[in-house]
Amino acid sequence: MRWLSSIGAAVEFLFNRTGLYAQMLLQLIRKLGKPPWYGKQLLLQAEEVGVQSLPVVLLTALFTGMVLALQSYIVFHRFAAESLTGLVVSMSLVRELGPVLVGLMVAGRVGASFAAELGTMRVTEQIDALWTLSTDPFRYLVTPRVLAVILMLPLLTIIADFIGIYGGYAISVYLLDQNPTVYIENTTIYMELEDFYSGLIKASFFGLLIGVIGCTEGFNCKGGAAGVGTATTRAVVISCMSILVSDYFLTAWLFG
Amino acid sequence: MNGETPRIQIRGLCKQFGETIVLEDVDLDIMPGNSTTVIGMSGTGKSVLLKCILGLLKPDAGEILVDGENWLSLSENEHLQRMRRIGMLFQGAALFDSLKVWENVAFALLRQNISKQEARKRATEVLEWVGLNDVEELMPAELSGGMAKRVGLARTICHKPDIVFFDEPTTGLDPIMSDVINRLIMRLHKGTGTTLLSITHDLKSAEMISDHIALLCHGRIHRIVAANELNSDKDPMLRQFVEGRAQGPINCSPWGKKMEEAIDR
Repeated sequence: MRWLSSIGAAVEFLFNRTGLYAQMLLQLIRKLGKPPWYGKQLLLQAEEVGVQSLPVVLLTALFTGMVLALQSYIVFHRFAAESLTGLVVSMSLVRELGPVLVGLMVAGRVGASFAAELGTMRVTEQIDALWTLSTDPFRYLVTPRVLAVILMLPLLTIIADFIGIYGGYAISVYLLDQNPTVYIENTTIYMELEDFYSGLIKASFFGLLIGVIGCTEGFNCKGGAAGVGTATTRAVVISCMSILVSDYFLTAWLFG
Repeated sequence: MNGETPRIQIRGLCKQFGETIVLEDVDLDIMPGNSTTVIGMSGTGKSVLLKCILGLLKPDAGEILVDGENWLSLSENEHLQRMRRIGMLFQGAALFDSLKVWENVAFALLRQNISKQEARKRATEVLEWVGLNDVEELMPAELSGGMAKRVGLARTICHKPDIVFFDEPTTGLDPIMSDVINRLIMRLHKGTGTTLLSITHDLKSAEMISDHIALLCHGRIHRIVAANELNSDKDPMLRQFVEGRAQGPINCSPWGKKMEEAIDR
């Protein structure tokens, strides 16, 4: 019977979280249309999400492009189709790996920081203090964070795509002696605009997930330091899982 | 009292969390310019009462009238507008970690149509009023507990509120710093005639800063006395609380009963 109650608890948790995230999303939509808008907070968060995430995103994209080129070359070499390496690297990055990896990196860095920061503010009554200073905590804290991550994730993805493709190019041309012209031609000829923007749509959606989940966990945090820890862990785990699950459905919808 | 309309009227306020009833039919009037302190055991719902008045918690039933207007029927935006008249000092000061001291103090002003220079000037004045100089550029993490509390007090009064709430203003402070905070609260009350509502279980502080003291017990305001009558009032519950006895009519939970039985044994 214990396994049955575990399943019950898991289902209850799933519904509970889904409800909380949906509530947060509805409130976000409702409040987005009316002032006050905290533009300075949005810029600060955009800097935190975008600029501060650049090093980790660049490094991840570069090495992913490099390893993709290496793996693809090894496989294509078996049937003398090495010239397709560039196409595989760029398609994989632009359609799939770029948004997903950037999403996962940002979920780990930014989602955790949203949950920890807002969670600490909740348990130290700073969120209540905002209300008593006639400032809507939701508009001041949540809206700029969610908007920043929705706007910054596609930009980070564009940068990651280019860096990843360059990583693949560097390995193919300088290490594996492939023809640079063939590599670039194969990359550009077969790639369509749809491949590019579908990746950006995915990135924006992942940004929405990271923002809503991170802020919800932080905003509803309870129970002191332990509560902040739980909120942070939940934010990262649920964001990462949501990105991977929703990626399948987005791919099926965008390319199906 | 004298026929004047109370600034704050609380009528039949009820709040429960799950099965636990915390507030059950609370009635309390606070007259304009009066300083009232609610005392009571830990866990009796003092903070819940304060949070209900401020709109941080939604009561299950009752009315909260401020200058005759029912705050429970206000929309979120209307409530936020009314908060411009309110100041609140939190137990742990609740300073914003990411902002400098002066930005914390001037927070409410910076969100109104007041220039940054003016807001900073006002923040410096209020910080001087609470006895703090040259701390404007510091971050909250660099302040001691007493300094943080005074910065919190400066933030509470910087926008010149009509009503100020204090949540355990002296808890966690040494006796000297507690005295400093009490004297600042008295100075605010006597100097500006601001209406004050405090909650505390520090009786010395309650006597010092209040005109009236209300005992919250078993989810209701059990008794209200003038501050100078606190030690002479004969009410058994008030006596038990003032004398700090475990045995007596106050038994707020089954845990309290068990505690008494354990002591008797």
